[in-house]
Amino acid sequence: MSQFYTSTDHFVLLPAIMLAIFGCAVLLLDFLFPEPKQRKVLALLVLAGLFFSGIGLWRQYSFLTSQGISEITAFRGTLTVDSFALFFNGIFIAVAALVAIVSYRYLELEGEHRGEYYGLILLAQTGMYFLATGTDLVTLFVGLETMALSFYILVGFLRGDKRSNEAAIKYLLLGAFSSGFLIYGFSLLYGISGSTKLRDIGAAIVSRDLWDPLVFMGLTATTVGLLFKISAVPFHMWAPDAYEGAPTTVTAYLAVGSKAASLAFLMRMFLGPFWNMKEIWEPMLIVIAVASMTLGNLAAITQNNVKRLLAYSSVSHAGYMLLGLIAGNETGIKGMMVYILVYTFMTLGAFLVVVGLRRMDVIGDDVDDLSGLMYKSPGYAVLMLIFMLSLAGIPPTAGFIGKYFIFLSLIQTGHYVLAVIATLYVAVAIYYYFRIVRSMFIADLVDKAPLASSVGLRVGLYITGALTLAIGVYPEPFLRMAQVSFGR
Amino acid sequence: MNEYLLSIVLFTPLLGMILLLFIPAAQTNLIRIWANVAGLAGFLVSLPLAFRFDKTAEGFQFVERAEWIPAIGVNYMLGLDGISLLLVLLTTLLGFVAILSSWNAVTERTKGYYAMLLLQQTGMIGVFLALDFILFFVFWEVVLVPMYFLIGVWGGPRKLYAAIKFFLYTMAGSVLMLLGIFTLYFQHFHQFGVYTFEITRLINVNMPLHLEQWVFWAFFIAFAIKVPMFPFHTWLPDAHVEAPTAGSVILAGVLLKMGTYGFIRFSLPLLPKASIEPWIIQTIAVLSIIAIIYGALVSLVQPDWKKLVAYSSVSHLGFCTLGIFALNPNGIAGSVIQQINHGISTGMLFLIVGIVYERRHTREIKEYGGLAHVMPMYAFVFAFAMLSSAGLPLLNGFIGEFTILQGAFEANRTWAAFAVTGIIFGAAYLLWLYQRTMLGQVNNGRNLGLKDLSLREWAVFLPLMAWAVWIGVYPKPYFEVLEKPVNQLVERVRPGYFEERAAPVVAIERGKAGLK
Repeated sequence: MSQFYTSTDHFVLLPAIMLAIFGCAVLLLDFLFPEPKQRKVLALLVLAGLFFSGIGLWRQYSFLTSQGISEITAFRGTLTVDSFALFFNGIFIAVAALVAIVSYRYLELEGEHRGEYYGLILLAQTGMYFLATGTDLVTLFVGLETMALSFYILVGFLRGDKRSNEAAIKYLLLGAFSSGFLIYGFSLLYGISGSTKLRDIGAAIVSRDLWDPLVFMGLTATTVGLLFKISAVPFHMWAPDAYEGAPTTVTAYLAVGSKAASLAFLMRMFLGPFWNMKEIWEPMLIVIAVASMTLGNLAAITQNNVKRLLAYSSVSHAGYMLLGLIAGNETGIKGMMVYILVYTFMTLGAFLVVVGLRRMDVIGDDVDDLSGLMYKSPGYAVLMLIFMLSLAGIPPTAGFIGKYFIFLSLIQTGHYVLAVIATLYVAVAIYYYFRIVRSMFIADLVDKAPLASSVGLRVGLYITGALTLAIGVYPEPFLRMAQVSFGR
Repeated sequence: MNEYLLSIVLFTPLLGMILLLFIPAAQTNLIRIWANVAGLAGFLVSLPLAFRFDKTAEGFQFVERAEWIPAIGVNYMLGLDGISLLLVLLTTLLGFVAILSSWNAVTERTKGYYAMLLLQQTGMIGVFLALDFILFFVFWEVVLVPMYFLIGVWGGPRKLYAAIKFFLYTMAGSVLMLLGIFTLYFQHFHQFGVYTFEITRLINVNMPLHLEQWVFWAFFIAFAIKVPMFPFHTWLPDAHVEAPTAGSVILAGVLLKMGTYGFIRFSLPLLPKASIEPWIIQTIAVLSIIAIIYGALVSLVQPDWKKLVAYSSVSHLGFCTLGIFALNPNGIAGSVIQQINHGISTGMLFLIVGIVYERRHTREIKEYGGLAHVMPMYAFVFAFAMLSSAGLPLLNGFIGEFTILQGAFEANRTWAAFAVTGIIFGAAYLLWLYQRTMLGQVNNGRNLGLKDLSLREWAVFLPLMAWAVWIGVYPKPYFEVLEKPVNQLVERVRPGYFEERAAPVVAIERGKAGLK
């Protein structure tokens, strides 16, 4: 291969290539399946794409471990495969696979079973790959936009539904706005360093004065863009509307995949070039984190729509994750990784239960739609209970392990006040999570129609439920996975 | 066998619950029988603990230790000393009694009901056995969920409010405790270079006083809410009134003891300097005395039978916390015995309310009167439970309250003087309750046909009554079991306590030796 595309480059890029090829293949092959019923085959194609991409990741992983090296860089430092990238890409693949297998029944019910859906899942996945792997501003930005564009379309996928359209427009406008901030910050960072590589930018920042206005502006603008993507207060406005309006499967993907990918991006920036400015961004992030926990938890109390409720809860979870970064020590970073892992499966699981509630005439995303679920489908109700306990952070579920590390790191670094605030919001959160529990277990059964179950949905729920319990009861192997060596 | 005895005791109810889940929900009788079998098995497997317990040994017995999450130094560590032995036995007995008492009381969703009772049982035993702080915390939280459902699903008219109030209150306290635990954990690492949550090792930590005080208050809020101490008691009457009978028995009998146990097991030995601070002791003693008197006075005016018993718990638990913070052997040993007594007596009182509620579906005291004519056996059991609760000599309540007062007197005479009034009020509200419900003429026609105790109901009361008499007449084995751990605890909090007290005796001995 040429000097512009070496075998290492190919090795690093292969998983993304697989995702993109299969994504395009889905779009092209769509016409072979004129009947909506046949389109579930496309879901298998998505799984195949993810499988081949996974093989590429597995080879990267075994290469890293067998050679005993910590990272492989490609394209002259544009892409970096390290344990951090592998960890996130592993999560993304699992999420996309779960979303793909639960979608076909849901799309049939919505009457929008079209092939593009599956193609867009894979294309969004391609963008996520670059967000976890990229170490160059341009690559990261292109990855982010690839992902975001796919999501803009997916959120508005229900053409006939006003809420879906509204959500898509809102998400698109605010998303474009935030991308503007991001790119403005990037231009300043490029201006001070003359390079788009994170490593060079980090070096340029160190050589400058700490309170240099250019650096400060670059940091602030970039942070605003990133916080928008992880829906932290005050940049969370889009989240409840987008979550509510989007098809529930897309909401799940958005809440979990997009958020985790954006967090990977955020961690790359803050643990990389911005690390030496911790003095400046720490107070900023403290304000953001406390505001996110406060508004997320308080606003969730009054929501009657499960998807909106979970949207606000995800705002508060973003606040908790930022606390790990604020603590900033080894425990905190590890806590953030564990939290992201845990958050992924419990949130995904909770949305999957909502997916199951969608029936021909019922939207099924109201808290009251869960009434008496225990006496109709006990399996779903018990799984939802596990997810709610986990979201609230009650042992022995995964959510406790996530919060455990965050609180631990705060105490370790002496952020006592922050720790007290964060823990007290756990009690607040229980109130609204238990509104759902109350509805399922205590309220009487109103609607006796069975749930829209499917094999894919059940498999998805079993996997997320089992993981949520397993991480809580025996976290050891998962903690080892999250033990990411992060090269600065 | 001894090696895994604690794990067997701990997981028998859980195993019973898992097997219960396989019984189809329609087979109500089979579910009931199985739940009772599991409850009885849970009690029987805990009996060897009493026989094999070595009361002369120091420290923890039957210790089990295995790695759980080595990455953060969390271990699966169980152990038992005299204090936890008594509480575990109380838990297994009350757990069985609670299950047995629910035969007719719960007719809807029986499977879930018994599953929750059994799950709760494992959680509570775990709290009393865990020697690893995180393991303890996990069990502490596990207990909340079944109780939430017991109140929320099978409770009275205001069950939703009561259930979530109970949950939020307890949760708010316990998360702060978690921060205290972490502080200890890091202090231990700073001083010894090892990350561990085992309390047998955390006990070596030596913290500056101000830090100890912070941690103390973090623990205090968690435990005080659970006890509940005044002014954190407001969740208790709601939870009790709405909970089903078995839920109330467990709640009063065991759950509240988790708070007092927390003080004894964690606050005192791990934070000895803060625990001996005069202003902290004063604060807690005053709160305890307020609880004793306030609880008793509020009980006096309750129109609701069950609420009366609930407020009497606040008063009785006030004695327990007062005894603990008298910080002398009498106070602490008396407190532990009083915790057992309260479990027995108040458990019986709640069962008594439950029986009449099952028959009449009302708990208004004014609905009743002269029941002794209709239900003589019932009236006898009630009299027994009432006298045991009021502290009549030769019954269990007397031993506990008397020893606590001894301890309180030794620590501060004013405390003892105020606490004694609580006993007087206690006798007043209980006797008055008895008089209003049992004595006189039957003034309500609907009470005429009430059935007296059935055989099953006798089976519920007999073990509790026997235990009450045993403690009342021959409490020596209980004090013997408690002697070592309590003395160790006092020595830990007040080093030199025993030497000081022993000094005059030694002087006399020396004098005698000098004469020769």
